Amino acid sequence: MSASQSYTFIDHTFDAVVVGAGGAGLRATLGCVEKGLKTANITKVFPTRSHTVAAQGGVAASLGNMGPDDWRWHMYDTVKGSDWLGDQDAIEYLCRHAPEAVYELEHFGVPFSRTEDGKIYQRPFGGMTTNFGEGIAQRTCAAADRTGHAMLHTLYGQSLRHNAEFYIEYFAIDLIMDESGVCRGVVAIDMATGEIHRFRSSLVILATGGYGRAYFSATSAHTCTGDGNAMVLRAGLPLQDMEFVQFHPTGIYGSGCLITEGSRGEGGYLVNSAGERFMERYAPSAKDLASRDVVSRAMTIEIREGRGVGPDKDHIFLHLDHLDPKILAERLPGISESARIFAGVDVTKEPIPVLPTVHYNMGGIPTNYHGQVLTLKDGNPDTVVPGLMAIGEAACVSVHGANRLGSNSLIDLVVFGRAAGIKAAELVTPGARQPEFKKGDGDNALARLDHFRNANGSTPTSVLRGRMQRVMQDDVAVFRTGETLEQGRKRIAEVHAAMPDIRVSDRSLVWNSDLIETLEFDNLIVQAIATVEGAVGRKESRGAHAREDYPDRDDENWMKHTLCWVDDKSGKPRVDYRPVHTYTMSNDIDYIKPKARVY
Amino acid sequence: MVQFTLPKNSKPTEGRTFKAEGAKRVKNFRVYRWSPDDDKNPSIDTFEVDLDKCGPMVLDALIKIKNEVDQTLTFRRSCREGICGSCAMNIDGQNTLACTKGIDECKGDVKIYPLPSMGVIKDLVPDLTGFYAQHASIEPWLQTKSPTPEKEWKQSHDDREKLDGLYECILCACCTTSCPSYWWNGDRYLGPATLLQAYRWLADSRDEAKGERLDNLEDPFRLYRCHTIMNCAKTCPKGLNPAKAIAEIKKMMVERQA
Repeated sequence: MSASQSYTFIDHTFDAVVVGAGGAGLRATLGCVEKGLKTANITKVFPTRSHTVAAQGGVAASLGNMGPDDWRWHMYDTVKGSDWLGDQDAIEYLCRHAPEAVYELEHFGVPFSRTEDGKIYQRPFGGMTTNFGEGIAQRTCAAADRTGHAMLHTLYGQSLRHNAEFYIEYFAIDLIMDESGVCRGVVAIDMATGEIHRFRSSLVILATGGYGRAYFSATSAHTCTGDGNAMVLRAGLPLQDMEFVQFHPTGIYGSGCLITEGSRGEGGYLVNSAGERFMERYAPSAKDLASRDVVSRAMTIEIREGRGVGPDKDHIFLHLDHLDPKILAERLPGISESARIFAGVDVTKEPIPVLPTVHYNMGGIPTNYHGQVLTLKDGNPDTVVPGLMAIGEAACVSVHGANRLGSNSLIDLVVFGRAAGIKAAELVTPGARQPEFKKGDGDNALARLDHFRNANGSTPTSVLRGRMQRVMQDDVAVFRTGETLEQGRKRIAEVHAAMPDIRVSDRSLVWNSDLIETLEFDNLIVQAIATVEGAVGRKESRGAHAREDYPDRDDENWMKHTLCWVDDKSGKPRVDYRPVHTYTMSNDIDYIKPKARVY
Repeated sequence: MVQFTLPKNSKPTEGRTFKAEGAKRVKNFRVYRWSPDDDKNPSIDTFEVDLDKCGPMVLDALIKIKNEVDQTLTFRRSCREGICGSCAMNIDGQNTLACTKGIDECKGDVKIYPLPSMGVIKDLVPDLTGFYAQHASIEPWLQTKSPTPEKEWKQSHDDREKLDGLYECILCACCTTSCPSYWWNGDRYLGPATLLQAYRWLADSRDEAKGERLDNLEDPFRLYRCHTIMNCAKTCPKGLNPAKAIAEIKKMMVERQA
């Protein structure tokens, strides 16, 4: 391979390397540093620019500040929200540890909103109930509607306090795996200089987020390209449950910017063109606070049946104008600003035009609840991949199963970010000797970089990316059929097949964002393939995967996780399955048996 | 001695022009370009953008240009909804976020430059290393001495309200790079963003390091180079008022001497 001759590595050795500096990545970095591990954090954006910053409504934990609550109720809601695809041992871990994780955040300095008696304020959120589905819980801890921003900035401050070593605006290219399948490190490019850094590490923790930008319209940031997921695929490992893509009911019509579910938690409601509060028909009990998949489907049906609003009858109105302007100013100031800027709407007077918009990936890198990456090997579906962990939206633990409840992602970040730090300290002795890199280690990353740096075809990256985003938007949407999915599979394969003709125009090594966007697109396209393939395969409807040709959940045949491998060169996917964990972590709660999911 | 001449290669030259063929509603985007790869002066390129085929925000136009016209155009962006602070730049003479700045807010040609007074890495990408180091220097984390409670630290509704207008800062650096005092003494003056952050912790009823925090700021340069020019408050894309926060710190300084 000639490429390696023209690049030189700058080598580093660490006990742990975290890739990504969002909520999960920062929490894991902190945990590793606290345990005395020499830790690096590699991030393609300055930490406070990570997409956690855009999370609004809050972080779920059964503190019970607003009334009785119990982690078992939170667990029940999460299992039901997941449509029984979540692993209940992991869900138990999440819900049990949620309160201490939130108190820890508060001790770190997160400026939570407060109750009258000075406790953390908690608001209602979709699918969050008391007493196993009986009442509405107020479980979502909020800092107005800027909870993610407050958390991310606070976690960044904490990492400064602990002198964590950051490699900022470094883009991770590929993992270094040895011949026995152990992860030995990661290669990254310093965007400011073009220098290539090779990190040798006893442990690599991927906290690289989701891949919302595989779609045309997403609440996700431009940087949400699932880089870690794609590195895992290229390492020959599978991704799990990629067909489960969450559409948030309330993205602003047009721009796709997020309007928090907390707006409905505070009393907002959706109406169709007849002025009808249609959610009462679809979810008589929870109404506008049903699970996101349920609300998004209801909205889509309303629009389809001609009851959408606007000149093209292609969206829905979200009313907040009946709420006390004081409450809006105190609890929903951020979305009031977003609605004004992106929809030209004064929320105290007019409804916000909204549309279900791609928001979150339930699928990702399969892990156990310690954050260790798993694969299916020699018939063992829980085989640990040594040296590799994944956390946050990149991971599929799986606590969200087929559909994530709102405010369960921020808690996922901190609970499993923390868990990863704890496990890292068990697995790695500070300063432990590591095998020397062998000749050729990291050449996979160099070859990939060199290939795209010199890509001299005739199609700009943006054209291929746009085509991929259109296919996903059209064919792998809220509702799916065998026909649309087959078409999506074919069209995505065509986009992949066009990649040899890709063109990168910028030849510079300094801040070459044309090259970075191309590497990101290359990451997205394999995830798009895995998403379509999982969706084609799964012949049932569960959570966010709604098949019109298979409208019912089929526990007998499909209560299992999809695993999808994608060959990087050919783009050929391969699908297999692993069982859902139908057991809990402890004896404190029994396995919650599947039943009909009604809100 | 103070040097009033511009450094070598800093004077922008007229750059290339890219036409939008067949467009009916055209807006000119005049964009600062500079690459470290050659010795050339910066240039101002002109991109005609067809407004009928472009989103409403300045960032939409920049992305359209990058996608369709010139892939080498370089700028930071991420959330596109005004919360991550990546796309801060000087647009139409004012520091702001490209993602929340409407194209129709700009009269005539849209002039886009990198944030002033910082080094330029490439095109619209400024070097914010010093800015981040200054932010870190005020120790932006909660510092307590009392035994940590099992549950949350209590904070009254009113005490929490004191953080409003402070905690929302997104570290975009629009204010700091708009401050003439910072332009002059940016190596020693902390600047409005960092001081707003400093006050955010001073104002937090849970924090127990007020004395140390004020000691850290008690310096003719770090704090007192604010001359209430107020560019910071005028330019903040989040509507915050760093100058007021700085005034509050100065008041605390006086109060503790009394």
